[in-house]
Formats: sequence, structure tokens, C-alpha cells
Amino acid sequence: MACIEARGLRKTFGSTVALDGVNLRVEDGRIVGLIGPNGAGKTTALNAILGLTSYEGDLRVLGRDPWTERDRLMRDVCFIADVAVLPRWMRVSNALDYVAGVHPRFDRAKAEAFLARTSIQQSSKVRELSKGMVAQLHLALVMAIDARLLVLDEPTLGLDILYRKQFYDALLTDYYDRSRTIVVSTHQVDEIQNVLTDLLFIDRGRIVLQSTMDDFDTRFTELIARPDALTAARALGPLYEREVLHQSVLYFDGADRNQLARLGEVRTPSIADLFIAVMTHTNAASGANAPASSSSVDRRSDLNGVAR
Amino acid sequence: MNTTASTMPEAFDSQPAAPLAAVHPYYWSVRRELWEYRSVYIAPLAAAGVSILGFLFVLPHLTHLEPISMPLDHTRHDISQPYDLAAALIMGAAFLVSIFYSLDTLYGERRDRSILFWKSMPVGDLTTVLAKATVPLAILPLFSFAVSVATTGIMFLMSSAVLAAHGLSVGSLWAQLQAPTVLFLLLYHLVTVHMLWYAPVYAFLLLVSAWARRAPFLWAVVPALSIAIFEKIAFHTQYFTNFVQERIMGGSNTLGMQTDWPVHPGMHLTPLRFLMMPGLWGGLIAAGIFLCAAARVRRYRMPN
Repeated sequence: MACIEARGLRKTFGSTVALDGVNLRVEDGRIVGLIGPNGAGKTTALNAILGLTSYEGDLRVLGRDPWTERDRLMRDVCFIADVAVLPRWMRVSNALDYVAGVHPRFDRAKAEAFLARTSIQQSSKVRELSKGMVAQLHLALVMAIDARLLVLDEPTLGLDILYRKQFYDALLTDYYDRSRTIVVSTHQVDEIQNVLTDLLFIDRGRIVLQSTMDDFDTRFTELIARPDALTAARALGPLYEREVLHQSVLYFDGADRNQLARLGEVRTPSIADLFIAVMTHTNAASGANAPASSSSVDRRSDLNGVAR
Repeated sequence: MNTTASTMPEAFDSQPAAPLAAVHPYYWSVRRELWEYRSVYIAPLAAAGVSILGFLFVLPHLTHLEPISMPLDHTRHDISQPYDLAAALIMGAAFLVSIFYSLDTLYGERRDRSILFWKSMPVGDLTTVLAKATVPLAILPLFSFAVSVATTGIMFLMSSAVLAAHGLSVGSLWAQLQAPTVLFLLLYHLVTVHMLWYAPVYAFLLLVSAWARRAPFLWAVVPALSIAIFEKIAFHTQYFTNFVQERIMGGSNTLGMQTDWPVHPGMHLTPLRFLMMPGLWGGLIAAGIFLCAAARVRRYRMPN
């Protein structure tokens, strides 16, 4: 049984389609990055997984229907939906008491040990803490819960780089143990590149790319083309091309690296660059109905095809 | 790195499943309401404080009220008035807090987005709503009663000290106060009116609070007003107005009280008549429906 399994997941708000038939399978023990532009459906997808929103289609999280079994599911699933959702009136000690009182898998000693490494006082109120400290407190609560799935939706939004780094370090060293699954959505893509085992790009309510990070390294290539080799490089059908400091940079999916190496400098793209490449590509494909773009449409479905 | 990779899942699997810690979601949900809404206990205590402070001004004149030859009823009124007013103030404070609490609680958790934290815990929507309903339906009436008992005790001790200092009888004061009877009637009133008769009112306010995207107070009041005025204009009737009035004022009438202020020792208790009123049971059923609806609405509503 997969940790998360979705088939034909749809959600509409009035005439806006937030999720347009998402198919998804996340196995146990993965760290999945869910990446997409604003309004792509990331939060809606995560909310559906967490039982916070209704949906059409088939969705199972740890074998349960999240919408009808949210309270039961939350024994095994943890989430940080956003920064700063901890109630501002609450004392740190209140938060510990409350979670210990309602959550059967909460280890209070663990949370206290984690808090002891921060400058957070148990007598402080949440409103007295800085934004970074609130994130630390929430993380301390979450990490002390022995959950099977942790969902993080923009958990570090608005935090400075130091807190962001500490956040993911703590998550990896103190929490992740290969039996748990983590799904994280963030705009600070590059900071989690080394953390992830899997990558999901979502755009306009659809999964446009699904890849493991191992595949990612072999599948995608970034080429800084020599000016004289540019025409040859373009002929190989790049996903996307852009100009950086008067150099042409081309992104390829599934191209032969050795062949590309003869045309210029070759390396693995960052997730952020690939994200831009894929988004531009799919938008060009879906944005135009002209016959000229039909090859792009084909490539778009290739992306999904290869992803499996 | 490889060694951790291979040993870790194994170690994890070989551990017997940790026994689940005992949890009490309902109890802790109520506790957290009291952490957040401190007015629940501060308001009745403040009312008690104000009453006692006011009583200090009456104390020096207490000895003049003592002549025992006066007609019993009149004396009792003069002596007991501060006690009655204190109980009224405490009950009124608790009642106001109940109304504002019920209108705010399910709306407030969406306004400050903390609902996303509460929903990340294994606590069901119905448990949450019932915990919230417990505050106006049980905690506030019972706590305000306890505060009234304590206030009566403090005021009696203060009077006793003054009377004793003047060599006057404390016993006759106690006899005239009829404190146990009065307090029992207060408790009876709180249970029948505030806990049972008003249950659908609080449940309705909780439902509005769960439902309203903004301004829950307006949503609770304006539609009802509109219906009443529409009925008056269109049909020259006021069934709806009477219906609402009966719910809000009717509770006291059912006790057979003639006076505004709740308790009078001479009053008859009619618990059987109260229990046989269709309005009571209809109201309780409505309260149940409103609370279930509030739980359902909470499931759908996201932060504003």
C-alpha cells in the first residue's frame, strides 16, 4: 500500500479548476517536493490529502479517506499548513499540555528536549516569539509525534535563511528515519534540492512532472552552448532556452549527455531552473491551439509518460 | 551512511508498536477554551469583586436595618437586596460572556488561522464543537453559581463582623437572608433557564459562528430582525417575534416568576410543569441539530 494514492483527483471552486484530474502515488519513506507556481493547486492538493477540503475522485492516505476520517488519520499524519498558525494567545507549556492531552503518539520529553536547544521559554506566549521561533516551536511539536506522514506546506515562508537551514537540518537529522514519508511544498526550491528523494511539479491543477531525484540527475541536462554549436543544440529539441550573461543555456529532457558535451558545457540543472524550463514549456504547449505547437503538446505528454 | 540505511528500518520494524498514550480530546479541548477565553472566569469574578466593593459602602449602615419588629418581608428585602443584586450581576456577566463567546469561538479560529493547527490534531469536529458548547451550557452557569455562593459567603461574613462588633445578633441576619433557599433557587434557575432553555440559543450562535465568513454578530441578528419586520409588514402578524421573545424571556416565565429578578423565596418551583413543556424538548432537539450542523460546517470551512 502506498502512503498516498490519488486517481483522478479533482477540485473546483466555482468556475476555477484547482485540481484537474491529479494522479499521484507516493511510496512510504520518500521525501517528496511538491513544486508549482502560485495558484497551481499545491495547497489544494495538500489540503485534500489532509482532509481539509472535499474533492472528487479517488484518494487514499495510509489507506484511509482523508475527508471522512480526518480525526482518525491525524494520529498518523502531521502537518504544518503554514507558518504562524499556532494560536498567538497560547503559552508554550499550554501547547505541550494540549498536544500531550489529545495526541496518542506525542512524546513530550522529545519536544522539550528539542525546545531546550532553542531560546524558547516554556512560559512564553506564542505572540511574544519571533516568526522563526514560532516555526521552531511548531517543528518541535511535530517532530515529537511519531507519525507516518508529515506534510509541510510552505513551512519556512518568511523565515530568514538561518532558520530555514536549521529547520530542514533538524527535520533530516532528528526526524526522518526512512520509514516516514515527508511531503513538502515550498518556493525556496533550491534549498531543499539535496533533501528530496522525489520531485513533483504541479501546474494548473495537473502533475506535469514526477521524477525521483536519482532519475532527475540522469534525465535532465543543462547545456551552456558554445555560440558556434547553438544551431546544432537547438536541433536536439531543448525544453527551454534562455540567455544568461550573453551565453545561451538550454535544458534537455532525456538527451544523450555525451552528445551534448560536444556542444558546450554540460551539468545537471538546479530544480529551480528546471522548474522554469518545464513551466514555460507546458504553458507554451497548453496556451496555444495553433498547429505549430502540436509537437510541444506531444512533448508535454512525454514528460508525464517518462515520469512513470 | 550505508550502515544506517540498512539497519534503521530494521530497528524500526523490530520495535513493538509503541502503546498509544491515553488521550482525552474532549477534556483538553475544553481546557484550551478556558486558556483562550479567560473572560469566562474573569467576568464573573470581576462582577463579584464589584459587588463586594459596593457592599463595603452599605456595611456601616447595616446596623440601622436591624430592627426585628419590622414586617418580615420588608426587612428581608432591605437586607437581602445587595445579595440579590450581586447574584444578578454575576449571572448577567456570565450570560453576556456566553453570548459573545458562542458567537466568536468558531469564527475566531478561522480568523487567526489557528484552525489549521487544531485540525492537525486527531480531534474530530464534533468533539471540538461539543467542547465549545460546554462553555456556555455548563461551565459558565456552574462557575457563576460557585462565584455567587462564594460572594454570598463573603458578604455574610463581612456583615456578621459588623453586627458582632455592635453586639447585634448574627443569627437573625442569617435567618432573614434565607441564603440556602435563595442559592438553591439560583441554581435551579441557572440549570433550567441558562443550561436547558437557552441551549438552542447558544447552539444557534455557535452555528452562526462556524458559518459566517465575517461579522457573525450581524449574521446572528440581522436575518432574525428582517424576518420579524417582513412578517409585520406583509402579514401584520408577529409570530416570529413572539417565538423569539418566548425563547429569550420565556424561560423565566416558565418558572412562575413575576418579578424581573430571578429568585424570590416565596416563589413556587414547578419543575414538573417545566419538564413537560414542549418548548423545552423542542429547544433541546433544535440545539442538538444546530451543534451537529456546526460540526459539519466546521469541516468545510477554511481560514478566512
